[in-house]
Amino acid sequence: MAAAVAAKRSGVKRVLILERDHDLGGILPQCIHDGFGTFVMKERLTGPEYAERYKAMTAESGVECLLNTTVLEIGHDRSILAVNPSQGLLEIKAQAVILAMGCRERTRFQILIPGTRPAGVFTAGAVQRLVNIEGFLPGHRAVILGSGDIGLIMARRLKLEGVEVVGVFEIMPQPNGLTRNVVQCLQDFQIPLFLEHTITMIHGKKRVEGVTVSRVDRERKPIPGSQRFVACDTVVLSVGLIPENELSEKAGIVIDQSTGGPMVDEQMETSVPGIFGCGNVINVYDLVDYVAYTGETAGKGAARFITGQLPGRNPVQVTTGPGVRLVVPQQITPLRVTETVNLYQRVEEAGSNVRIVVKNGDEVIASRRERAVKPPEMVTVKIPPEKLKSISEGQVIQVEVETKGGPV
Amino acid sequence: MSTTANLTCILCPMSCNLELVLDGNRVVQVSGNSCKLGPAYAEKEFINPTRVLTTTVKIEGARVSRLPVKTDGEIPKSILFDCMRELSEVKMKAPVKNGEIILKNVAGTGVNVVATRSLT
Ligand SMILES: Cc1cc2nc3c(=O)[nH]c(=O)nc-3n(C[C@H](O)[C@H](O)[C@H](O)COP(=O)(O)OP(=O)(O)OC[C@H]3O[C@@H](n4cnc5c(N)ncnc54)[C@H](O)[C@@H]3O)c2cc1C
Ligand code: SF4
Repeated sequence: MAAAVAAKRSGVKRVLILERDHDLGGILPQCIHDGFGTFVMKERLTGPEYAERYKAMTAESGVECLLNTTVLEIGHDRSILAVNPSQGLLEIKAQAVILAMGCRERTRFQILIPGTRPAGVFTAGAVQRLVNIEGFLPGHRAVILGSGDIGLIMARRLKLEGVEVVGVFEIMPQPNGLTRNVVQCLQDFQIPLFLEHTITMIHGKKRVEGVTVSRVDRERKPIPGSQRFVACDTVVLSVGLIPENELSEKAGIVIDQSTGGPMVDEQMETSVPGIFGCGNVINVYDLVDYVAYTGETAGKGAARFITGQLPGRNPVQVTTGPGVRLVVPQQITPLRVTETVNLYQRVEEAGSNVRIVVKNGDEVIASRRERAVKPPEMVTVKIPPEKLKSISEGQVIQVEVETKGGPV
Repeated sequence: MSTTANLTCILCPMSCNLELVLDGNRVVQVSGNSCKLGPAYAEKEFINPTRVLTTTVKIEGARVSRLPVKTDGEIPKSILFDCMRELSEVKMKAPVKNGEIILKNVAGTGVNVVATRSLT
Protein backbone atom coordinates (compact mmCIF):
# COMPACT_ATOMS: atom_id res chain seq x y z
CA MET A 1 0.00 0.00 0.00
CA ALA A 2 2.85 2.41 0.78
CA ALA A 3 4.34 1.71 -2.65
CA ALA A 4 0.99 2.04 -4.44
CA VAL A 5 0.19 5.34 -2.75
CA ALA A 6 3.66 6.74 -3.51
CA ALA A 7 3.42 5.70 -7.19
CA LYS A 8 -0.01 7.26 -7.52
CA ARG A 9 1.07 10.48 -5.82
CA SER A 10 4.07 10.65 -8.15
CA GLY A 11 1.74 10.87 -11.11
CA VAL A 12 1.19 7.29 -12.31
CA LYS A 13 -2.28 7.19 -13.90
CA ARG A 14 -3.40 3.73 -12.87
CA VAL A 15 -2.03 1.75 -9.97
CA LEU A 16 -3.44 -1.69 -9.19
CA ILE A 17 -2.86 -3.81 -6.07
CA LEU A 18 -3.30 -7.56 -6.53
CA GLU A 19 -3.95 -9.24 -3.15
CA ARG A 20 -4.51 -12.93 -2.48
CA ASP A 21 -6.34 -12.34 0.81
CA HIS A 22 -9.88 -10.95 1.23
CA ASP A 23 -8.54 -7.81 2.88
CA LEU A 24 -5.55 -5.46 2.49
CA GLY A 25 -2.85 -5.25 5.14
CA GLY A 26 -0.90 -8.49 4.80
CA ILE A 27 0.38 -9.78 8.11
CA LEU A 28 -0.63 -6.62 10.02
CA PRO A 29 -4.28 -7.44 10.88
CA GLN A 30 -3.12 -10.49 12.83
CA CYS A 31 -0.35 -8.61 14.69
CA ILE A 32 -2.73 -7.20 17.28
CA HIS A 33 0.02 -6.07 19.69
CA ASP A 34 1.19 -2.47 19.77
CA GLY A 35 4.54 -1.03 18.79
CA PHE A 36 4.00 -0.33 15.12
CA GLY A 37 4.78 2.93 13.41
CA THR A 38 6.91 4.66 16.00
CA PHE A 39 8.85 6.43 13.20
CA VAL A 40 6.39 7.03 10.36
CA MET A 41 3.26 7.70 12.41
CA LYS A 42 5.05 8.93 15.56
CA GLU A 43 2.64 6.82 17.61
CA ARG A 44 2.64 3.32 18.98
CA LEU A 45 -0.11 1.67 17.00
CA THR A 46 -1.27 -1.92 16.84
CA GLY A 47 -0.82 -3.83 13.57
CA PRO A 48 -4.51 -3.56 12.54
CA GLU A 49 -4.53 0.20 13.27
CA TYR A 50 -1.42 0.70 11.16
CA ALA A 51 -3.08 -1.20 8.30
CA GLU A 52 -6.25 0.93 8.68
CA ARG A 53 -4.21 4.13 8.26
CA TYR A 54 -2.71 2.85 5.02
CA LYS A 55 -6.06 1.52 3.79
CA ALA A 56 -7.53 4.99 4.19
CA MET A 57 -4.62 6.54 2.25
CA THR A 58 -4.91 3.88 -0.44
CA ALA A 59 -8.62 4.51 -0.94
CA GLU A 60 -8.17 8.29 -0.92
CA SER A 61 -5.38 8.30 -3.48
CA GLY A 62 -7.44 6.41 -6.05
CA VAL A 63 -5.39 3.22 -6.13
CA GLU A 64 -7.39 0.27 -7.52
CA CYS A 65 -7.43 -3.10 -5.76
CA LEU A 66 -8.30 -6.64 -6.72
CA LEU A 67 -8.77 -8.79 -3.62
CA ASN A 68 -8.92 -12.61 -3.50
CA THR A 69 -6.56 -12.46 -6.44
CA THR A 70 -3.44 -14.63 -6.55
CA VAL A 71 -0.55 -13.81 -8.84
CA LEU A 72 0.70 -16.99 -10.51
CA GLU A 73 3.48 -15.65 -12.67
CA ILE A 74 5.41 -12.50 -13.42
CA GLY A 75 7.34 -12.34 -16.66
CA HIS A 76 10.63 -10.67 -17.51
CA ASP A 77 8.57 -8.32 -19.69
CA ARG A 78 6.39 -7.27 -16.70
CA SER A 79 3.41 -9.31 -17.80
CA ILE A 80 1.37 -10.72 -14.94
CA LEU A 81 -0.75 -13.83 -14.78
CA ALA A 82 -3.25 -13.86 -11.91
CA VAL A 83 -6.41 -15.69 -10.94
CA ASN A 84 -9.50 -14.88 -8.87
CA PRO A 85 -12.86 -16.58 -8.33
CA SER A 86 -14.99 -13.96 -10.10
CA GLN A 87 -12.89 -13.26 -13.21
CA GLY A 88 -10.90 -16.47 -13.59
CA LEU A 89 -7.51 -16.04 -15.24
CA LEU A 90 -6.31 -12.48 -15.69
CA GLU A 91 -3.51 -11.33 -17.93
CA ILE A 92 -2.16 -7.91 -17.17
CA LYS A 93 0.54 -6.04 -19.03
CA ALA A 94 2.13 -3.59 -16.62
CA GLN A 95 4.58 -0.79 -17.34
CA ALA A 96 6.19 -1.45 -13.97
CA VAL A 97 5.72 -4.10 -11.29
CA ILE A 98 6.37 -3.74 -7.55
CA LEU A 99 6.82 -6.98 -5.63
CA ALA A 100 5.39 -6.91 -2.07
CA MET A 101 4.68 -10.56 -1.27
CA GLY A 102 6.22 -10.50 2.20
CA CYS A 103 7.98 -13.47 3.75
CA ARG A 104 7.44 -17.08 4.77
CA GLU A 105 8.13 -18.79 8.05
CA ARG A 106 10.67 -21.57 8.31
CA THR A 107 9.02 -24.85 9.19
CA ARG A 108 10.00 -27.92 11.15
CA PHE A 109 11.28 -29.60 8.00
CA GLN A 110 13.57 -26.74 7.11
CA ILE A 111 15.33 -27.02 10.46
CA LEU A 112 15.11 -30.82 10.56
CA ILE A 113 13.58 -31.77 13.91
CA PRO A 114 13.26 -35.56 14.01
CA GLY A 115 10.39 -37.53 15.51
CA THR A 116 6.83 -38.48 14.65
CA ARG A 117 4.49 -36.23 12.69
CA PRO A 118 1.61 -35.63 15.07
CA ALA A 119 -0.86 -32.74 14.95
CA GLY A 120 0.01 -29.80 17.19
CA VAL A 121 3.18 -28.48 15.54
CA PHE A 122 2.61 -24.94 14.28
CA THR A 123 4.63 -21.99 13.05
CA ALA A 124 4.23 -18.92 15.27
CA GLY A 125 2.55 -16.94 12.51
CA ALA A 126 0.00 -19.72 11.97
CA VAL A 127 -0.81 -19.69 15.71
CA GLN A 128 -1.13 -15.92 15.56
CA ARG A 129 -3.68 -16.16 12.76
CA LEU A 130 -5.56 -18.96 14.51
CA VAL A 131 -5.86 -17.08 17.81
CA ASN A 132 -6.23 -13.48 16.63
CA ILE A 133 -8.35 -13.85 13.50
CA GLU A 134 -10.09 -17.20 13.59
CA GLY A 135 -10.57 -17.42 17.34
CA PHE A 136 -9.17 -20.87 18.17
CA LEU A 137 -6.54 -21.85 20.69
CA PRO A 138 -3.98 -24.33 19.37
CA GLY A 139 -3.80 -26.43 22.58
CA HIS A 140 -3.47 -26.36 26.37
CA ARG A 141 0.23 -26.67 27.08
CA ALA A 142 2.71 -25.13 24.67
CA VAL A 143 6.46 -25.20 24.14
CA ILE A 144 7.98 -22.48 21.98
CA LEU A 145 11.09 -23.13 19.90
CA GLY A 146 13.02 -20.03 18.97
CA SER A 147 13.05 -16.61 20.60
CA GLY A 148 12.28 -14.50 17.55
CA ASP A 149 9.83 -11.65 18.10
CA ILE A 150 6.82 -13.55 16.83
CA GLY A 151 7.60 -16.44 19.21
CA LEU A 152 7.92 -14.08 22.17
CA ILE A 153 4.75 -12.23 21.28
CA MET A 154 2.83 -15.48 20.88
CA ALA A 155 4.15 -16.77 24.23
CA ARG A 156 2.48 -13.79 25.91
CA ARG A 157 -0.63 -14.03 23.79
CA LEU A 158 -1.17 -17.72 24.59
CA LYS A 159 -0.52 -17.13 28.28
CA LEU A 160 -3.08 -14.29 28.38
CA GLU A 161 -5.61 -16.60 26.72
CA GLY A 162 -5.10 -19.21 29.44
CA VAL A 163 -2.72 -21.60 27.69
CA GLU A 164 0.10 -22.92 29.86
CA VAL A 165 3.39 -21.86 28.26
CA VAL A 166 6.11 -24.19 29.50
CA GLY A 167 8.99 -22.17 28.13
CA VAL A 168 10.82 -20.70 25.19
CA PHE A 169 13.84 -22.69 23.98
CA GLU A 170 16.56 -20.85 22.06
CA ILE A 171 19.60 -22.54 20.54
CA MET A 172 21.78 -19.41 20.64
CA PRO A 173 23.33 -17.93 23.81
CA GLN A 174 21.27 -14.74 23.42
CA PRO A 175 17.62 -14.15 22.58
CA ASN A 176 16.83 -13.50 18.95
CA GLY A 177 14.04 -10.99 19.58
CA LEU A 178 14.03 -7.42 20.86
CA THR A 179 14.91 -6.95 24.54
CA ARG A 180 11.64 -5.12 25.02
CA ASN A 181 9.81 -8.28 23.98
CA VAL A 182 11.92 -10.51 26.23
CA VAL A 183 11.01 -8.28 29.19
CA GLN A 184 7.36 -7.55 28.40
CA CYS A 185 6.38 -10.92 26.92
CA LEU A 186 8.36 -13.38 29.03
CA GLN A 187 9.50 -11.75 32.29
CA ASP A 188 6.15 -10.00 32.82
CA PHE A 189 4.43 -13.39 32.69
CA GLN A 190 7.10 -15.52 34.38
CA ILE A 191 7.62 -17.57 31.21
CA PRO A 192 11.07 -19.19 31.38
CA LEU A 193 13.61 -18.65 28.58
CA PHE A 194 16.09 -21.52 28.10
CA LEU A 195 19.10 -20.28 26.14
CA GLU A 196 21.47 -22.73 24.40
CA HIS A 197 18.67 -25.29 24.27
CA THR A 198 16.92 -26.99 21.39
CA ILE A 199 14.25 -29.57 20.68
CA THR A 200 15.85 -32.83 19.57
CA MET A 201 12.71 -34.92 19.19
CA ILE A 202 8.95 -34.50 18.89
CA HIS A 203 6.83 -37.27 20.44
CA GLY A 204 3.21 -38.31 19.96
CA LYS A 205 1.04 -40.45 17.71
CA LYS A 206 -2.01 -38.44 16.68
CA ARG A 207 -1.34 -35.38 18.79
CA VAL A 208 1.92 -34.03 20.24
CA GLU A 209 2.55 -35.61 23.66
CA GLY A 210 5.83 -33.93 24.40
CA VAL A 211 9.29 -32.99 23.20
CA THR A 212 12.82 -33.91 24.15
CA VAL A 213 14.93 -30.84 24.80
CA SER A 214 18.71 -30.75 25.10
CA ARG A 215 21.34 -28.21 26.01
CA VAL A 216 23.71 -27.43 23.17
CA ASP A 217 27.45 -26.80 23.10
CA ARG A 218 29.32 -23.97 21.37
CA GLU A 219 28.91 -25.65 18.02
CA ARG A 220 25.14 -25.78 18.64
CA LYS A 221 25.28 -29.59 18.91
CA PRO A 222 23.13 -31.29 21.57
CA ILE A 223 25.13 -32.24 24.66
CA PRO A 224 24.72 -35.98 25.37
CA GLY A 225 23.13 -36.64 28.74
CA SER A 226 21.46 -33.22 28.91
CA GLN A 227 18.19 -34.42 27.34
CA ARG A 228 14.94 -34.17 29.21
CA PHE A 229 11.35 -34.83 28.32
CA VAL A 230 8.90 -31.93 28.43
CA ALA A 231 5.19 -32.79 28.25
CA CYS A 232 3.12 -30.55 25.96
CA ASP A 233 0.38 -30.82 23.35
CA THR A 234 1.54 -27.89 21.21
CA VAL A 235 4.88 -26.92 19.68
CA VAL A 236 5.20 -23.39 18.32
CA LEU A 237 8.09 -22.72 15.95
CA SER A 238 9.60 -19.26 15.72
CA VAL A 239 12.72 -20.18 13.84
CA GLY A 240 13.07 -17.50 11.25
CA LEU A 241 11.57 -15.85 8.23
CA ILE A 242 12.65 -15.97 4.61
CA PRO A 243 11.54 -13.75 1.72
CA GLU A 244 8.79 -15.25 -0.42
CA ASN A 245 10.86 -15.92 -3.54
CA GLU A 246 8.79 -18.16 -5.77
CA LEU A 247 7.55 -15.49 -8.18
CA SER A 248 10.82 -13.54 -8.08
CA GLU A 249 12.88 -16.60 -9.02
CA LYS A 250 10.49 -17.56 -11.82
CA ALA A 251 10.84 -14.04 -13.22
CA GLY A 252 14.61 -14.59 -13.39
CA ILE A 253 15.42 -12.00 -10.72
CA VAL A 254 18.88 -12.25 -9.12
CA ILE A 255 18.67 -13.29 -5.43
CA ASP A 256 21.18 -12.04 -2.84
CA GLN A 257 22.45 -14.91 -0.68
CA SER A 258 22.82 -12.82 2.48
CA THR A 259 19.32 -11.31 2.55
CA GLY A 260 17.68 -14.30 0.85
CA GLY A 261 15.64 -11.92 -1.31
CA PRO A 262 16.10 -10.14 -4.65
CA MET A 263 19.09 -7.87 -4.96
CA VAL A 264 17.93 -4.25 -5.34
CA ASP A 265 19.35 -0.83 -6.01
CA GLU A 266 18.65 2.56 -4.44
CA GLN A 267 15.28 2.79 -6.25
CA MET A 268 14.40 -0.70 -4.94
CA GLU A 269 14.62 -1.89 -8.53
CA THR A 270 15.57 -5.57 -8.92
CA SER A 271 17.96 -6.97 -11.49
CA VAL A 272 15.09 -7.04 -14.01
CA PRO A 273 14.40 -3.50 -15.32
CA GLY A 274 10.97 -2.23 -14.34
CA ILE A 275 10.43 -4.81 -11.61
CA PHE A 276 10.77 -3.21 -8.19
CA GLY A 277 10.31 -4.67 -4.73
CA CYS A 278 9.66 -3.54 -1.17
CA GLY A 279 9.23 -4.87 2.33
CA ASN A 280 9.87 -8.39 3.52
CA VAL A 281 9.95 -9.91 0.05
CA ILE A 282 13.31 -8.14 -0.39
CA ASN A 283 14.73 -8.58 3.09
CA VAL A 284 13.11 -9.43 6.42
CA TYR A 285 12.83 -6.07 8.20
CA ASP A 286 12.18 -5.89 11.93
CA LEU A 287 10.13 -2.70 11.82
CA VAL A 288 7.07 -1.99 9.72
CA ASP A 289 8.31 1.57 9.23
CA TYR A 290 11.28 0.31 7.24
CA VAL A 291 8.87 -1.75 5.15
CA ALA A 292 6.80 1.39 4.48
CA TYR A 293 9.90 3.48 3.62
CA THR A 294 11.12 0.89 1.11
CA GLY A 295 7.60 0.87 -0.34
CA GLU A 296 7.71 4.61 -0.83
CA THR A 297 11.09 4.40 -2.52
CA ALA A 298 9.87 1.63 -4.83
CA GLY A 299 6.68 3.54 -5.67
CA LYS A 300 8.58 6.69 -6.59
CA GLY A 301 11.17 4.70 -8.53
CA ALA A 302 8.47 2.89 -10.50
CA ALA A 303 6.81 6.21 -11.31
CA ARG A 304 10.09 7.62 -12.65
CA PHE A 305 10.63 4.43 -14.66
CA ILE A 306 7.20 4.68 -16.28
CA THR A 307 7.54 8.35 -17.15
CA GLY A 308 11.02 7.85 -18.57
CA GLN A 309 12.68 9.98 -15.89
CA LEU A 310 14.89 7.23 -14.54
CA PRO A 311 18.37 7.30 -16.11
CA GLY A 312 19.91 3.95 -17.09
CA ARG A 313 21.75 1.90 -14.53
CA ASN A 314 25.46 2.21 -14.05
CA PRO A 315 25.77 0.78 -10.60
CA VAL A 316 28.35 0.93 -7.88
CA GLN A 317 28.26 -2.18 -5.66
CA VAL A 318 27.54 -1.82 -1.95
CA THR A 319 29.45 -4.50 -0.05
CA THR A 320 29.47 -5.74 3.51
CA GLY A 321 32.73 -5.08 5.35
CA PRO A 322 33.90 -6.26 8.77
CA GLY A 323 31.08 -6.78 11.27
CA VAL A 324 28.23 -6.40 8.78
CA ARG A 325 26.04 -9.36 7.87
CA LEU A 326 23.87 -7.85 5.17
CA VAL A 327 23.06 -4.56 3.51
CA VAL A 328 20.17 -3.26 1.40
CA PRO A 329 20.34 -1.84 -1.27
CA GLN A 330 23.21 -3.81 -2.73
CA GLN A 331 23.75 -1.38 -5.63
CA ILE A 332 23.60 2.37 -6.16
CA THR A 333 23.62 4.24 -9.45
CA PRO A 334 24.80 7.72 -8.38
CA LEU A 335 23.32 9.37 -11.48
CA ARG A 336 19.79 8.32 -10.49
CA VAL A 337 19.97 9.54 -6.91
CA THR A 338 17.79 12.56 -6.10
CA GLU A 339 17.09 11.93 -2.43
CA THR A 340 18.89 10.67 0.65
CA VAL A 341 19.67 6.97 0.32
CA ASN A 342 18.90 4.85 3.38
CA LEU A 343 21.26 1.93 3.82
CA TYR A 344 19.80 -0.80 6.01
CA GLN A 345 22.17 -3.24 7.63
CA ARG A 346 22.34 -5.98 10.14
CA VAL A 347 25.48 -6.42 12.23
CA GLU A 348 27.20 -9.78 12.72
CA GLU A 349 27.33 -9.55 16.48
CA ALA A 350 26.34 -7.38 19.43
CA GLY A 351 28.61 -4.49 20.33
CA SER A 352 28.54 -1.23 22.24
CA ASN A 353 29.90 2.23 21.41
CA VAL A 354 30.32 1.49 17.74
CA ARG A 355 30.32 3.57 14.59
CA ILE A 356 28.78 2.22 11.42
CA VAL A 357 30.73 3.73 8.56
CA VAL A 358 30.02 3.82 4.86
CA LYS A 359 33.19 4.24 2.81
CA ASN A 360 34.11 4.87 -0.77
CA GLY A 361 37.73 3.71 -0.75
CA ASP A 362 39.24 5.54 2.22
CA GLU A 363 36.71 8.34 2.23
CA VAL A 364 33.91 8.07 4.79
CA ILE A 365 30.74 9.22 3.01
CA ALA A 366 28.31 8.58 5.85
CA SER A 367 28.38 7.23 9.37
CA ARG A 368 26.29 6.71 12.41
CA ARG A 369 27.22 6.23 16.03
CA GLU A 370 25.32 3.71 18.10
CA ARG A 371 25.66 3.10 21.81
CA ALA A 372 24.64 -0.48 21.24
CA VAL A 373 24.01 -2.68 18.24
CA LYS A 374 22.51 -6.18 18.12
CA PRO A 375 21.91 -8.52 15.21
CA PRO A 376 18.08 -8.51 15.59
CA GLU A 377 17.87 -4.70 15.36
CA MET A 378 18.65 -3.20 11.96
CA VAL A 379 20.69 -0.04 11.74
CA THR A 380 20.09 2.57 9.05
CA VAL A 381 22.67 5.01 7.78
CA LYS A 382 21.60 7.92 5.61
CA ILE A 383 23.82 8.87 2.68
CA PRO A 384 23.28 12.44 1.50
CA PRO A 385 22.87 12.62 -2.31
CA GLU A 386 25.79 15.03 -2.79
CA LYS A 387 28.19 12.47 -1.29
CA LEU A 388 27.30 10.06 -4.07
CA LYS A 389 27.78 12.42 -7.01
CA SER A 390 31.55 12.06 -7.17
CA ILE A 391 31.55 8.26 -7.11
CA SER A 392 32.28 6.77 -10.47
CA GLU A 393 31.83 3.44 -12.19
CA GLY A 394 33.80 0.51 -10.90
CA GLN A 395 34.21 1.93 -7.41
CA VAL A 396 32.84 0.12 -4.38
CA ILE A 397 30.93 1.37 -1.37
CA GLN A 398 31.66 -0.61 1.75
CA VAL A 399 29.80 -0.66 5.05
CA GLU A 400 31.63 -1.66 8.18
CA VAL A 401 31.38 -1.61 11.95
CA GLU A 402 34.09 0.30 13.80
CA THR A 403 34.56 -0.21 17.50
CA LYS A 404 36.52 2.28 19.61
CA GLY A 405 39.83 0.63 18.90
CA GLY A 406 39.31 0.67 15.13
CA PRO A 407 37.59 -1.80 12.80
CA VAL A 408 36.66 -5.14 14.36
CA MET B 1 15.77 -3.86 56.09
CA SER B 2 16.91 -3.20 52.57
CA THR B 3 16.63 -5.72 49.77
CA THR B 4 17.82 -5.73 46.18
CA ALA B 5 16.20 -6.47 42.83
CA ASN B 6 17.26 -6.60 39.18
CA LEU B 7 15.54 -5.06 36.18
CA THR B 8 16.48 -4.73 32.54
CA CYS B 9 15.97 -1.20 31.23
CA ILE B 10 14.22 -1.37 27.86
CA LEU B 11 14.28 2.31 26.96
CA CYS B 12 17.13 1.94 24.50
CA PRO B 13 19.16 -0.87 22.89
CA MET B 14 21.83 -0.67 25.62
CA SER B 15 19.51 -2.85 27.76
CA CYS B 16 21.30 -1.93 30.99
CA ASN B 17 20.95 -4.36 33.82
CA LEU B 18 19.71 -2.16 36.66
CA GLU B 19 20.35 -3.10 40.26
CA LEU B 20 17.86 -1.66 42.69
CA VAL B 21 18.30 -1.26 46.40
CA LEU B 22 14.87 -1.26 48.03
CA ASP B 23 13.61 -0.22 51.40
CA GLY B 24 10.10 -1.61 51.70
CA ASN B 25 8.18 0.04 48.88
CA ARG B 26 10.82 2.61 48.14
CA VAL B 27 13.65 2.49 45.63
CA VAL B 28 16.60 3.98 47.49
CA GLN B 29 19.38 3.39 44.99
CA VAL B 30 19.80 2.35 41.37
CA SER B 31 23.05 1.28 39.78
CA GLY B 32 24.07 -0.32 36.49
CA ASN B 33 22.44 2.41 34.37
CA SER B 34 24.46 4.08 31.62
CA CYS B 35 22.30 7.19 31.55
CA LYS B 36 19.93 9.12 33.75
CA LEU B 37 16.79 7.60 32.23
CA GLY B 38 17.55 4.28 33.94
CA PRO B 39 16.70 5.24 37.55
CA ALA B 40 13.40 6.87 36.51
CA TYR B 41 12.46 3.75 34.57
CA ALA B 42 13.37 1.54 37.53
CA GLU B 43 11.27 3.62 39.90
CA LYS B 44 8.23 3.49 37.61
CA GLU B 45 8.60 -0.22 36.88
CA PHE B 46 9.06 -1.08 40.51
CA ILE B 47 6.36 1.07 42.09
CA ASN B 48 3.61 1.04 39.48
CA PRO B 49 4.33 -0.92 36.31
CA THR B 50 1.68 -0.29 33.65
CA ARG B 51 1.01 -1.74 30.20
CA VAL B 52 -1.31 -1.30 27.25
CA LEU B 53 -3.34 -4.51 26.92
CA THR B 54 -3.99 -5.72 23.37
CA THR B 55 -6.26 -8.70 22.82
CA THR B 56 -9.33 -9.76 20.83
CA VAL B 57 -13.06 -10.16 21.51
CA LYS B 58 -15.73 -12.26 19.80
CA ILE B 59 -17.48 -10.73 16.83
CA GLU B 60 -20.43 -11.99 14.85
CA GLY B 61 -21.52 -11.11 11.35
CA ALA B 62 -18.03 -10.29 10.08
CA ARG B 63 -15.76 -12.21 7.71
CA VAL B 64 -13.50 -13.08 10.68
CA SER B 65 -14.39 -14.30 14.19
CA ARG B 66 -12.25 -12.00 16.33
CA LEU B 67 -12.13 -8.23 16.67
CA PRO B 68 -8.76 -6.84 17.82
CA VAL B 69 -8.99 -4.36 20.73
CA LYS B 70 -6.70 -2.42 23.07
CA THR B 71 -6.94 -0.40 26.25
CA ASP B 72 -6.78 3.25 25.23
CA GLY B 73 -4.32 3.98 28.02
CA GLU B 74 -1.95 2.09 30.25
CA ILE B 75 -3.36 -0.07 33.03
CA PRO B 76 -1.61 -1.63 36.04
CA LYS B 77 0.27 -4.74 35.02
CA SER B 78 -1.15 -6.65 37.98
CA ILE B 79 -4.71 -6.60 36.64
CA LEU B 80 -4.14 -7.71 33.06
CA PHE B 81 -5.81 -11.05 33.74
CA ASP B 82 -8.86 -9.38 35.36
CA CYS B 83 -9.31 -7.37 32.17
CA MET B 84 -8.97 -10.52 30.08
CA ARG B 85 -11.75 -12.12 32.15
CA GLU B 86 -14.08 -9.15 31.63
CA LEU B 87 -13.33 -9.07 27.92
CA SER B 88 -14.03 -12.78 27.49
CA GLU B 89 -17.72 -11.95 28.22
CA VAL B 90 -17.91 -9.35 25.45
CA LYS B 91 -19.65 -10.25 22.19
CA MET B 92 -19.75 -7.70 19.38
CA LYS B 93 -21.82 -7.57 16.22
CA ALA B 94 -20.49 -6.22 12.93
CA PRO B 95 -20.23 -3.49 11.77
CA VAL B 96 -17.67 -2.08 14.18
CA LYS B 97 -15.49 0.94 13.50
CA ASN B 98 -11.83 1.28 14.35
CA GLY B 99 -11.61 3.37 17.55
CA GLU B 100 -15.15 2.55 18.74
CA ILE B 101 -15.47 1.95 22.50
CA ILE B 102 -16.00 -1.75 23.21
CA LEU B 103 -15.94 -1.70 27.00
CA LYS B 104 -15.96 1.32 29.33
CA ASN B 105 -13.92 1.50 32.53
CA VAL B 106 -12.40 -1.97 32.25
CA ALA B 107 -11.80 -3.63 35.65
CA GLY B 108 -12.56 -0.33 37.35
CA THR B 109 -9.45 1.34 35.94
CA GLY B 110 -11.23 4.27 34.33
CA VAL B 111 -9.63 3.19 31.05
CA ASN B 112 -11.75 2.20 28.04
CA VAL B 113 -11.19 -0.68 25.65
CA VAL B 114 -11.46 0.31 21.96
CA ALA B 115 -11.58 -1.56 18.65
CA THR B 116 -8.39 -1.43 16.56
CA ARG B 117 -9.92 -2.60 13.29
CA SER B 118 -13.04 -1.76 11.30
CA LEU B 119 -15.06 -4.86 10.46
CA THR B 120 -18.18 -4.99 8.33
C1 LIG C 1 4.45 -11.60 13.93
C2 LIG C 1 5.10 -10.33 13.51
C3 LIG C 1 5.24 -9.31 14.45
C4 LIG C 1 5.75 -8.08 14.09
N1 LIG C 1 5.84 -7.08 15.03
C5 LIG C 1 6.25 -5.83 14.67
C6 LIG C 1 6.24 -4.74 15.61
O1 LIG C 1 5.91 -4.90 16.79
N2 LIG C 1 6.60 -3.51 15.18
C7 LIG C 1 6.97 -3.30 13.89
O2 LIG C 1 7.27 -2.16 13.53
N3 LIG C 1 7.01 -4.32 12.99
C8 LIG C 1 6.67 -5.58 13.34
N4 LIG C 1 6.68 -6.62 12.42
C9 LIG C 1 7.23 -6.35 11.09
C10 LIG C 1 6.25 -5.78 10.06
O3 LIG C 1 4.99 -5.60 10.55
C11 LIG C 1 6.08 -6.69 8.92
O4 LIG C 1 7.36 -7.11 8.58
C12 LIG C 1 5.41 -5.97 7.73
O5 LIG C 1 4.06 -5.72 8.02
C13 LIG C 1 5.54 -6.79 6.48
O6 LIG C 1 4.94 -6.17 5.38
P1 LIG C 1 5.06 -6.73 3.91
O7 LIG C 1 4.12 -5.90 3.13
O8 LIG C 1 6.46 -6.81 3.47
O9 LIG C 1 4.58 -8.26 3.94
P2 LIG C 1 3.17 -8.92 4.35
O10 LIG C 1 2.49 -8.17 5.38
O11 LIG C 1 3.49 -10.35 4.61
O12 LIG C 1 2.29 -8.81 3.03
C14 LIG C 1 2.46 -9.63 1.90
C15 LIG C 1 1.15 -9.70 1.16
O13 LIG C 1 1.34 -10.27 -0.11
C16 LIG C 1 0.27 -11.16 -0.38
N5 LIG C 1 0.75 -12.14 -1.35
C17 LIG C 1 1.83 -12.98 -1.25
N6 LIG C 1 1.97 -13.72 -2.36
C18 LIG C 1 0.97 -13.34 -3.21
C19 LIG C 1 0.58 -13.73 -4.53
N7 LIG C 1 1.25 -14.67 -5.20
N8 LIG C 1 -0.49 -13.13 -5.09
C20 LIG C 1 -1.18 -12.16 -4.42
N9 LIG C 1 -0.85 -11.74 -3.19
C21 LIG C 1 0.21 -12.33 -2.58
C22 LIG C 1 -0.07 -11.76 0.96
O14 LIG C 1 -1.38 -12.25 0.98
C23 LIG C 1 0.11 -10.56 1.87
O15 LIG C 1 -1.08 -9.82 2.01
C24 LIG C 1 6.17 -7.87 12.76
C25 LIG C 1 6.08 -8.91 11.82
C26 LIG C 1 5.55 -10.13 12.18
C27 LIG C 1 5.45 -11.23 11.14
S1 SF4 D 1 19.73 3.13 31.48
FE1 SF4 D 1 19.88 4.59 29.80
S2 SF4 D 1 21.45 3.66 28.51
FE2 SF4 D 1 20.79 2.05 29.86
S3 SF4 D 1 19.14 0.98 28.71
FE3 SF4 D 1 18.16 2.54 30.00
S4 SF4 D 1 17.95 4.30 28.65
FE4 SF4 D 1 19.47 2.95 27.71
